[in-house]
Amino acid sequence: MALEIRVDGLVMTYGDLRAVDGVSFTVAPGEFFGLLGPNGAGKTTTLEMIEGLRRPQAGTVRIGDHEPWRRESGLQRRMGVQLQASSFFERLTVREQLDTFGALYGVAAGRTDAMLEQVGLVDKAGVRTEDLSGGQLQRLSIACALIHDPDVVFLDEPTAALDPQARRNLWDVLRTINDSGRTVVLTTHHMDEAEVLCDRVAIMDAGRVLELDTPAALVRGLDAPVRISLAPGTLSAADARSIAGDDPVDEDAGGLTITTRRPAEVLSALADRDALSGLSVKGASLEDVFLELTGREYRA
Amino acid sequence: MRARTMTPFGSLARAMLKGFFRDRMSVFFAIVFPLMFLVLFGGLLTDQGVSRSEIIQIGAVPVLDDADPATKEAFDASLEITRSSDEPDAVAQVRKGDADAVISQDGDRVTVRYSAADQVKAATVRGTFEAVVQAANLATTGQPPTFSLDPRQVEDESLSTIQFVTPGLLGWAVAMSATIGAASNLVVWRRNGLLRRLRLAPVRTPSVVLARVAVSLMIAAVQTAIFLGLGMAAFGLELSGSWPMIVPLLLSGTLAFMSIGLLAGSIARTEEGAIGMANFVVLPMAFLSGSFFPLDDAPAWLRGVGEALPLRHLNEGMLDTMVRGEGPASTIAPIAILLGFAIVLTAVSARVFRWDA
Repeated sequence: MALEIRVDGLVMTYGDLRAVDGVSFTVAPGEFFGLLGPNGAGKTTTLEMIEGLRRPQAGTVRIGDHEPWRRESGLQRRMGVQLQASSFFERLTVREQLDTFGALYGVAAGRTDAMLEQVGLVDKAGVRTEDLSGGQLQRLSIACALIHDPDVVFLDEPTAALDPQARRNLWDVLRTINDSGRTVVLTTHHMDEAEVLCDRVAIMDAGRVLELDTPAALVRGLDAPVRISLAPGTLSAADARSIAGDDPVDEDAGGLTITTRRPAEVLSALADRDALSGLSVKGASLEDVFLELTGREYRA
Repeated sequence: MRARTMTPFGSLARAMLKGFFRDRMSVFFAIVFPLMFLVLFGGLLTDQGVSRSEIIQIGAVPVLDDADPATKEAFDASLEITRSSDEPDAVAQVRKGDADAVISQDGDRVTVRYSAADQVKAATVRGTFEAVVQAANLATTGQPPTFSLDPRQVEDESLSTIQFVTPGLLGWAVAMSATIGAASNLVVWRRNGLLRRLRLAPVRTPSVVLARVAVSLMIAAVQTAIFLGLGMAAFGLELSGSWPMIVPLLLSGTLAFMSIGLLAGSIARTEEGAIGMANFVVLPMAFLSGSFFPLDDAPAWLRGVGEALPLRHLNEGMLDTMVRGEGPASTIAPIAILLGFAIVLTAVSARVFRWDA
């Protein structure tokens, strides 16, 4: 049975720094919820208060009827956590790690095989965790979080430090974990990841929630122009400008780019001139929403 | 597939034990390294006690040559006699330290020439030959002796170097692995986030702590079995009456040393720092507790420092029961001190303990 998470007015300060400054949201039962933000936005501290690792200085967290900071075993048996670090026992094999975590939750050893299957580590069962790749470690840590079939799962930057192949490989695993109606909360700073995986996304910066909606609604709300790129030589710059009208046209070695808010008209005009070969259309992404909200300046 | 589900305590203990025995360096420093010292001390120092005095005999010495067989046997145990006719050369050898004494007899006069450079050898040689001359004098009177001497050693008769060396080195080995084990375990788990992860699992903190205690006790038991086994098999170690009392002694000692490791692991931020800190405490402690050599000749203030260290009390307790033949009651005071030490230091550690890095 999935659990609802209600977060209301959370505050956590470290000295002068207000790491979390009045965060409120509700995660519906069975929802896949994303906490997005640059490093230092306060996502991990928020997640730690939701998980029960820290007691909020102000505000409340409720998971079902429980306050997680009380660390009641009744809630902990229904909660799966994957922490930022790869937290494993030293020199144990993949199978032994899963058996050990399973025993902590009172799970029969048979679950280990099901988990190995689900995260695709069957052929690594006898390998020590020290010899796994970054992606395999993350898949194991997700398996350890799911070993007791929890109703709510917390994932803290599961794809951090993975290469693009390993990230996409892990997404396949992550997509399956709320199939059975689990509530999932994920933190990430990868916009594409949140766009692919999450039902709703809260964008955080400087300890506050800036926007909270579905990824599609956030992108639409941005009302960003579409970039239409043409391969070199398909159309002259003059023709492109006549199609674009008032919209800007850029020309470089890679070809022409028209940036427009009326892509349908531009595309049909291009089709009339038979200039569609090698054409690419790029709409706004969650990344654009994110940069629009949090600014582009560099942060440590 | 196992049908039975392990308890959190059992599964944590098993995970830690596997982690320990799969780490070759840990096993080396807990077992092989201390055993090297046992072989070194037990094997090399045994001969020191029976080192015989080298005597050069010039010409005929009737008090020696005509002694009865029992006396001759006693000589052979303590003296190694070679014959020579070159008296000046023999004296020169004694002067250089190549021989310990020159003995010659001219009529009724027995002359022993020795070097005062080695006072112990000088006294032995003089004493031995005084006894020889007195015995010869008595023999010429034809009277049976009125008094006789019955020498008895106060310790168990099996006493040898290995008896003294084994308890101290075993204490050091147990102290080293219990301290370093607890310290590095704590730091590694805090750094890799496993402490936080366990905090979010339905496991109570005492289960985690007790699992680590159980593992350290098992390692101490393995160390003890190997030490005593090798000591008895290879170096003639003999255990006296109430030796099983070393079990509660080692148990309370392990708790005391773990509390040192707990404190080091609570303060240190890296595994290297924790191990360094543990060594910084354990190695001087081993010296000041008489693990490597007896402290009887050490200055009083140094022995006073030793009295404040848990290993000193563990070593004394083990010597009392394993070597000096004292009864089980002699272990009460050391056990109480070790447990008190463990309680105090654990309470201090609890105040500086952190769950995350």
